[in-house]
Amino acid sequence: MIRALIIASGLCLLVLPLMGIKSAAIVFISILAVITLLSFIRRHRHIFRIGIKVPAIYKRTAVLVTVMAVLLLPVYGDNYLIDVSSLSGIYIILAMGLNVVVGFAGLLNLGFAAFYAIGAYSTAILTTRLDMPFWLSMPMSVTMASFLGILLAIPALRLRGDYLAIVTLGFGEIIRIVLNNWDSLTNGPNGILNIPSPSIGGFKINRLSHYYYMVLLFVFLCIFVVRRVHNSRVGRAWLAIREDETAAEAMGIDTVRYKLLAFSFGAFWAGLAGALFAGKMHFVSPESFTFMESVLILCMVIIGGLGSIPGVILGAVILIILPEVLREFQTYRMLALGSGLVLMMIFRPQGLLGGRGGAIRG
Amino acid sequence: MALLEVRSLTKTFGGLRAVEDATFEVKEGIIFSVIGPNGAGKTTLFNCLTGILQPTKGTVYFEGKDTVGLKPHTITGLGIGRTFQNIRIFPEMTVLENVMVAQHSRTRCGIISAIIRGKGFIHEEASIKEKAIEYLEFVNLSDLAKSPASSLPYGDQRRLEIARALATEPRLILLDEPAAGMNPQETAELMVLVERLRQWGKTIILIEHDMRVVMGISDWIIVLDHGIKIAEGIPEEIQRNPAVVEAYLGKEFTY
Repeated sequence: MIRALIIASGLCLLVLPLMGIKSAAIVFISILAVITLLSFIRRHRHIFRIGIKVPAIYKRTAVLVTVMAVLLLPVYGDNYLIDVSSLSGIYIILAMGLNVVVGFAGLLNLGFAAFYAIGAYSTAILTTRLDMPFWLSMPMSVTMASFLGILLAIPALRLRGDYLAIVTLGFGEIIRIVLNNWDSLTNGPNGILNIPSPSIGGFKINRLSHYYYMVLLFVFLCIFVVRRVHNSRVGRAWLAIREDETAAEAMGIDTVRYKLLAFSFGAFWAGLAGALFAGKMHFVSPESFTFMESVLILCMVIIGGLGSIPGVILGAVILIILPEVLREFQTYRMLALGSGLVLMMIFRPQGLLGGRGGAIRG
Repeated sequence: MALLEVRSLTKTFGGLRAVEDATFEVKEGIIFSVIGPNGAGKTTLFNCLTGILQPTKGTVYFEGKDTVGLKPHTITGLGIGRTFQNIRIFPEMTVLENVMVAQHSRTRCGIISAIIRGKGFIHEEASIKEKAIEYLEFVNLSDLAKSPASSLPYGDQRRLEIARALATEPRLILLDEPAAGMNPQETAELMVLVERLRQWGKTIILIEHDMRVVMGISDWIIVLDHGIKIAEGIPEEIQRNPAVVEAYLGKEFTY
């Protein structure tokens, strides 16, 4: 209760200068109410537990409805919704990639946007300078990003925990600064314009709904592949490294090799997301790949639940949709997001869908 | 030929000589115990044998092959399995997954076959699971296969470590104080398990503090004190050895 008071008054003080005393009071009271309710639920969990056991048929129906809703989105949604959804798709791929590195292998990576940037810029440069078709430049960009993932991992593997995080953060900044200053190749802060739309045969992908389906295809591919790798010898080796590196090594796992693999497999998806981003926006600039971008992706993974695939998808969708929903609050929306994160860390540090032990059960 | 041959193995940490000039042989199929007071260098010895630490000097031959300088995972691959003194299970994985992971060096399928899921992969995955359950049955934990490893009581966690070491399919198993923190009942059960391991054809090196346990089960014992091997022999000899008594109880004071 005291904790609730402290949190509520802290957030209230944050809001006070922006929204005035009246709104601050409302914020204070509502937060207090939410926290009290949450802690009541937590304390009397057993009452609610019975209700949680959902029969398999409901679960399957829910999945089916979700998949249908996602597939038919361009039919009932307006352009705005389709656009935001495509963006969510790109971030789902990013978050899935980072989840491999942070959630599975337990290697904190704060420079993940660098691989996203490599993917996007490779596609941009290959398609505009060398007039390569999108579908050829995409695999090349992805390869490039994976290769850079290995390159970063080699020096970084000597470090653990916080130290590793700092090196990856530095790496992310280096990539961004290089993109910003290598004028002859990247056109500096102005970015690269006029990236052509991808096309299949004679069919040009240039409408919002086309992009939506293109991104969706890759999201499904990503989920499919990552799930399969997660539930395999490789996935188990990653989890073992996350849990206890020395013991993993003693169980016969070549930890260096599997960490390299995690980094480059994660970077692979970031590169793919980058290529999709470049193809969708027709424009890339260093501004899209700042440290804040890395933090945003990391937030998606953490909010959804480290190591949990459905959690990470949910996290990505929430963090893209939420700021859009909160758009009318304009300046306050980041504040609301921030306070949401704080509450999250206090009440559900394992993430929304991150139960103990991540998602897999062998 | 002995299964494991250790020649003048020395490990120093700065000025501290944790293990000094240790020489011994472990014959196939025996229970070989390493005893000694706290800080005698027993765990350091284990870490040198499994590649977690690199010995400062000396050689280690396993099945006639020099293992000094090899990485821990390579040594596991050669056939040396181990447990840890302070339990090091993978807490957030299930009991079954813990044992499945340990078959890593006996299986092949990489990332590509995991994605494609061909016949080879499905077959291998099934065999990993089947064997894991077998090892869990051996230590009597198969009922708890689906529980998170961290939820197991202490004694079960120790037995899970043994199942995990077994799953690496070793010829030689190093058990680092497997009975630490167990009550006499649990210890007795554990020793039955160790005996069964031997009957299964495994060679065992055991670090243990409980003298009754060690004397009852071992075929051969070496005693370390301050990193130096002060005695070796069959249990009866060790019990009568004045140097061992001194190391444990101190020198008798004579007027």
